[in-house]
Amino acid sequence: MAALSTQPHSHGAVVPVASRAEHFTSYDVDAFEVPGGREEIWRFTPLKRLAGLHSGAAATGTAAVEVNAAAGVTVETVGRDDDRLGGAGVPGDRVAAQAYSSFEQATIVTLPGDAKTEPTTVTVTGAGTGTVAYGHIQIKASQFAEGTVILDFRGSGAYADNVEFLVADGAHLTVITIHDWADDAVHVSQHHVKLGRDATIKHTVVTLGGDVVRVTPVVQYAGRGGDAELFGLYFADAGQHQEHRPFIDHGQPNCRSNVVYKGALQGEGAHAVWIGDVLIRVAAEGTETFELNRNLILTDGARADSVPNLEIETGEIEGAGHASATGRFDDEQLFYLQARGIPETQARRLVVRGFFQELIAKIAVPEVRERLEAAIEAELEAVGV
Amino acid sequence: MATLEIKDLHVSVVSEDAPKEILKGVDLTIKAGETHAIMGPNGSGKSTLSYAIAGHPKYTITSGTVTLDGEDVLEMSVDERARAGLFLAMQYPVEVPGVSMSNFLRTAATAVRGEAPALRHWVKEVKGAMADLDIDPAFAERSVNEGFSGGEKKRHEILQLGLLQPKVAILDETDSGLDVDALRVVSEGVNRYKASGEVGVMLITHYTRILKYIQPDFVHVFANGRIVESGGRELADVLESEGYVKYTGKTEAAALS
Repeated sequence: MAALSTQPHSHGAVVPVASRAEHFTSYDVDAFEVPGGREEIWRFTPLKRLAGLHSGAAATGTAAVEVNAAAGVTVETVGRDDDRLGGAGVPGDRVAAQAYSSFEQATIVTLPGDAKTEPTTVTVTGAGTGTVAYGHIQIKASQFAEGTVILDFRGSGAYADNVEFLVADGAHLTVITIHDWADDAVHVSQHHVKLGRDATIKHTVVTLGGDVVRVTPVVQYAGRGGDAELFGLYFADAGQHQEHRPFIDHGQPNCRSNVVYKGALQGEGAHAVWIGDVLIRVAAEGTETFELNRNLILTDGARADSVPNLEIETGEIEGAGHASATGRFDDEQLFYLQARGIPETQARRLVVRGFFQELIAKIAVPEVRERLEAAIEAELEAVGV
Repeated sequence: MATLEIKDLHVSVVSEDAPKEILKGVDLTIKAGETHAIMGPNGSGKSTLSYAIAGHPKYTITSGTVTLDGEDVLEMSVDERARAGLFLAMQYPVEVPGVSMSNFLRTAATAVRGEAPALRHWVKEVKGAMADLDIDPAFAERSVNEGFSGGEKKRHEILQLGLLQPKVAILDETDSGLDVDALRVVSEGVNRYKASGEVGVMLITHYTRILKYIQPDFVHVFANGRIVESGGRELADVLESEGYVKYTGKTEAAALS
């Protein structure tokens, strides 16, 4: 924890974010000013809909955390004082710091070292409509561990949390986070990934439900040879705000990262935001990174903001690139499929499913894959696409 | 006996500002068992004719009629036209990422045949059809047309033609961009389709070379948005030696020099 803690900057709590390297972090909520909505990191987020998560709302409930652990996996419920907590990263915005300052109990899931384990599922159920709750989860993959953890968020209420992923040297962790919240739910979450030497993470975020979901996955490397793959799949309906802000902080040599986020949007007021930051620090020679965001706008009234940022402080890298594209439904694809007799509704579904196929195919847990396919079907059904 | 009847067809395309008339009164009747070659220089409107019949949204029919066995084709949606028995082999087949060729073929066959083909027979049928066109079976699991070469795309258009068995097939410059081997393989595929039943073929081409493989019963010269001359096979031979200069005032060869 000490290794990553930082002092508040001398020039005050509000730091103009010119470089991601200057980005302010702190465990202390009071070190951050209450955002007003014009700050760079908050300008896309509808603060009015956050139920006060950003402005000091006290907890009025507790989200239930249930772990279905695979054999060999340890599950602990610990208090705030457990000194293992906070080791994967420091909160990078006021809501994350509020969550860090407010949770009462944390769940620590540990995958055993030098062993392969079956998937473990952590289900977090919101405290209920009109409630505010804070939480903390730490997933720890011990040295040479190999396993999968599914984080399943559901239910109602406003919820903010930090989720830590400590991946020890040589460990391989696969994480699938599913935001399948009820319509009223608000979730602001920061994921902290810390990769040891030659450690890998496959980190997939799926966002389907909720009124507002804002997820900030941050990846840091603690040694050479780390490899992070971040995938995201989201489907925003009318009125939904879904915001994903992956940040890859390359501070070690010879590490790799690959970010692919894809989303579909439909309905009035559906809003997706993707801010993809990659920072390659001076020390990170031999870095290889690529990030991609694609949005498919299915109907009028939906809006996608997509901002890739790549900062490179050393020329000695393997490669770095980014791409972003937001497009409407491709009428030529539709025409082609229809010209083979496939009815329009079915043709549209084929195209949308095809759009997500690349990411769904990467999900190694069949039950999750099937659930996602069914969820996408249901989304398409809902508006008659 | 299928009959595709096109009468006085006028078609416009919406360009930057004003609609532009491309087809200026096309009359053509294709009966089952007949192969009609539509030959014309670049920009004469041949492709527009094919897309307009298939129902591409870019084109507006301003007057005229198209019927298939008396049914009004222009009233039908794109997919209804295909299910009614029309097929367009496109000059530039579209890539559909993430949709496998096998899924696409089965979905299309299910739509056109009105019921899902029995799986066991279907797998065999597709394999056989692919082998006939020298298509590597691995293509079945690739996304529709994605990353295919020009020749591979054309083979897959003819694969669909064979599997969907339309009443009338419109082949839009299927020969363009094909090397000699691919042209032979694709032409054999068209000939198998012709031999399979009482079907009509509209073969749109700029060059005469595909007519060495696919015998036309009629040859029509297309220029400036309409058919300007019709004849038999011998008309293609005239075009082969004289080109389109007579119809356009410009020298444009119909044979590859």
